[in-house]
Amino acid sequence: MVTIPNRRVAVALALVFAALAVVPLVGETYALKVATRMIVFAIFAMSLDLLLGYTGLVSFGHAAFFGLSAYSLQLVSPESEAANLITALPQCLGVTAAAAALIGMLVVRTAGIYFIMSTLALAQMFFFFFHDSPIAGGSDGAYIWYKPVLTIGATALLDLDGRETLYYFALACLVLCYGFLVVVLRSPFGEVIQGIRVNEHRMRALGYDTRRFKLVSFVLSALMAGLAGFLFACIDGFVAPQLLGWRESGIGLVMVILGGMGTLYGSIIGAFAFIGMEEIVRDRQFTGVMAEHWQILMGVFVIVVVLFLKNGLAGLFAEPPIRRPATKEEP
Amino acid sequence: MSEVVLKTEGVSKNFGGLYAVRNVSVAFEHGRVEVIIGPNGAGKTTLINLLSGDLAPTDGRIVYRGRDVTGLPAHRLSKKGIGRSYQITNIFPQFTVHRNVWLASQSRLPSCMRFLRPAGRYRQVAERVDRALSLAEIAHRAGDVAAQISHGEQRRLEIAMLLAAEPDVLLLDEPLAGMGAEETGGIVTLIRSLARDHCVVLIEHDMDAVFAVADYLTVMVGGSILESGPPDVIRASEDVRRAYLGDSSTAVLAGAAAP
Amino acid sequence: MDVTLFLLQTLNGIQHGLLLFLVASGLTIIFGIMGVINLAHGSFYMIGAYLALSLTQWTGSLFGAVLLGIPIAILLGLAIERLFIVHLYDRDHLQQVLLTFGLILIFNELQSIVWGDDPHSVPKPAMLAGSVPVTETLSYSTYRLFLSVVCLVVAGCLYLVIHRTRLGMRMRAGAYNAEMVRSLGIDTRRLFAVVFAIGVSLTALAGIIAAPDRSLYPGIGEQVLIISFVVVVIGGIGSVKGAFVGAILIGLADVYGQAYLHDFRGFASAAVYALMAAVLLWRPTGLFGRR
Repeated sequence: MVTIPNRRVAVALALVFAALAVVPLVGETYALKVATRMIVFAIFAMSLDLLLGYTGLVSFGHAAFFGLSAYSLQLVSPESEAANLITALPQCLGVTAAAAALIGMLVVRTAGIYFIMSTLALAQMFFFFFHDSPIAGGSDGAYIWYKPVLTIGATALLDLDGRETLYYFALACLVLCYGFLVVVLRSPFGEVIQGIRVNEHRMRALGYDTRRFKLVSFVLSALMAGLAGFLFACIDGFVAPQLLGWRESGIGLVMVILGGMGTLYGSIIGAFAFIGMEEIVRDRQFTGVMAEHWQILMGVFVIVVVLFLKNGLAGLFAEPPIRRPATKEEP
Repeated sequence: MSEVVLKTEGVSKNFGGLYAVRNVSVAFEHGRVEVIIGPNGAGKTTLINLLSGDLAPTDGRIVYRGRDVTGLPAHRLSKKGIGRSYQITNIFPQFTVHRNVWLASQSRLPSCMRFLRPAGRYRQVAERVDRALSLAEIAHRAGDVAAQISHGEQRRLEIAMLLAAEPDVLLLDEPLAGMGAEETGGIVTLIRSLARDHCVVLIEHDMDAVFAVADYLTVMVGGSILESGPPDVIRASEDVRRAYLGDSSTAVLAGAAAP
Repeated sequence: MDVTLFLLQTLNGIQHGLLLFLVASGLTIIFGIMGVINLAHGSFYMIGAYLALSLTQWTGSLFGAVLLGIPIAILLGLAIERLFIVHLYDRDHLQQVLLTFGLILIFNELQSIVWGDDPHSVPKPAMLAGSVPVTETLSYSTYRLFLSVVCLVVAGCLYLVIHRTRLGMRMRAGAYNAEMVRSLGIDTRRLFAVVFAIGVSLTALAGIIAAPDRSLYPGIGEQVLIISFVVVVIGGIGSVKGAFVGAILIGLADVYGQAYLHDFRGFASAAVYALMAAVLLWRPTGLFGRR
């Protein structure tokens, strides 16, 4: 099956998840924070891979949903107490899904380069909205003073203010998202979107209303990006317009390509590698004076990845996924 | 008395002032192989595109089973039961043969907005795939990547995809293009057998195959219908011979006349 | 509504649109002929603007900055084309987007190293520094009028090049069918280099002459780039005529939005995107795009 990696990758993934599970036991605060960021961006990149690698839609505006959800958390959080996770998360994802549905209806009408440009432009509209408007601090951004707490009845079960709690919560989200996408990609819906990626015209001739499927894929993907944004807002408890900007969208794309498009687990590798790389180039120990101008090094890194790493990191240690027929391993 | 399944009433298609199809009225019946012939540029493929919904007519009506379907998009017509194959092979090259046919078969599910149950568990879809694969005699290639099978096999795959969707009307745009003589024979037999419970509309250039397979012929020239009738009527028609200017095609027609 | 003020806003909108046209036309011909979507296009606007800053100080005149700045930008553009863009001709849009995204990161950091992160301004040439009185209380900046005239002259030249020269013929054919031009056996390497240089010089010129009218700050390149994307999407990719119409429409929408939606902060800058959305609903491939 397409999304189930071969045994080697499955073992490697299990090892990675096991290693991730013990990070809080060994790492100090900063390392834990970086690891949380890696996990959050892995979810973000994976959501983008659903569009990029499986539906064939190159969205350059995916950060809009990441940022919109993060901002929603800021807006639904009361000023002097913590929001309840049970209500806050659905609210944030609801806002994100509504925005994605609106934008999606517009952009799925376009194709190719028009799709790239219009997703970028519409995402930028959200950026300017939060940048210029007085809500949530405008261009300065705003704080989330109290992180969400999962409360049922009167008992607080999870407090995302705790670094380790947040970390494990994010890790659980990553595993769930991965599992969910694997299931979805094997379903009839998954077959359809993968068909659209390869030959949309033929899919239409076969009787599929391809726009509807692209729209649903777009919204699903945005929802997952929204989950990542929600978690991200919990890391620093701070949101700024940059979260919705084109730079974040571009970084998401780079992560997917770096890891290997259309593999899901590649996005996880890509996000880890990209954030790891960022940490390295920003560290004086490794890059000396260039550490201050680390963006140049990241730019060079991005160019090298595009020019020389066609199948991404996943392609280095696993053959590209073999596309087997849907029923071959039927019990 | 056969029933008319699909018909056009004075349809035209105009591309920037040029008529590719002009005021064409045809009726296609259930249980017959209907063949459209004509020289290059006669508007045959455009007519098929109009029937399949890939193009919308500039003028006129298209009626399918008594309902006006003019201007419906391709995916709606496909759902209603009008399936087509393409002159230039139009498949999913990176996917296996099985998965290609799967996508066609799955399109008949009431809804494909199903997210959780694995696609492979849908029994009926799988059965249709198997039936289509064996009908089109391509089952032995099921596990191979579509891009890597031979041209003739890809044409068979096209037909398998068409059959898997279990359409009522089969629009075949030159299904024999690029096939060897041996492969041609097999497809001709297949088309004949399909005509028993379908309406088959076929565009073809290979005159031997045309006369071997046709129940009824429509000759198009310059976007309009020149003549139509059973094979022996067309064979005898002077107009048709003249329309196929040049000796070779006349020879082809004459040659095909001999059994 | 004050009619005179409205007319002045309209003039502002047209002037803004004409500048946008210089940037967007470059973007659109580079895509139309070379098949490359170049995100770093906005960086040449930024480079032009900052070159205006340095060269005006050095030569003492904006015209000196134009005369020196454009060749510098072209040389830089040709170097970028030879070093990076050539690798993108057979690649898909995604890779083009990402590589040029990497270039933006580098250019922006270099800008910050050379010119710093503080906003700068460039003095207007003395003879254009004044303003033309319109009514007793309102006047219009002479420099802005000058800007509009320069842009119109450049647009006119571009029109002549496109409709009267062989290069222009290829550009039109390229916008209509890029593969065809590439398969005609034309020395595409040279054609592409020329086209890229034209695109870069148009954008750099826009950056240089806009500098005295606007302040310079980090990120101006991307701001112009994204608005130019909107212009190109509205006009239809590859169409210079579309870029012109789109640019004027967007220029007006932007200025009217800022002027009349002023009280709804956050929505003022949304006017241009609303316009784009409307066009996309109506014609998904833009006003003058191929269907």
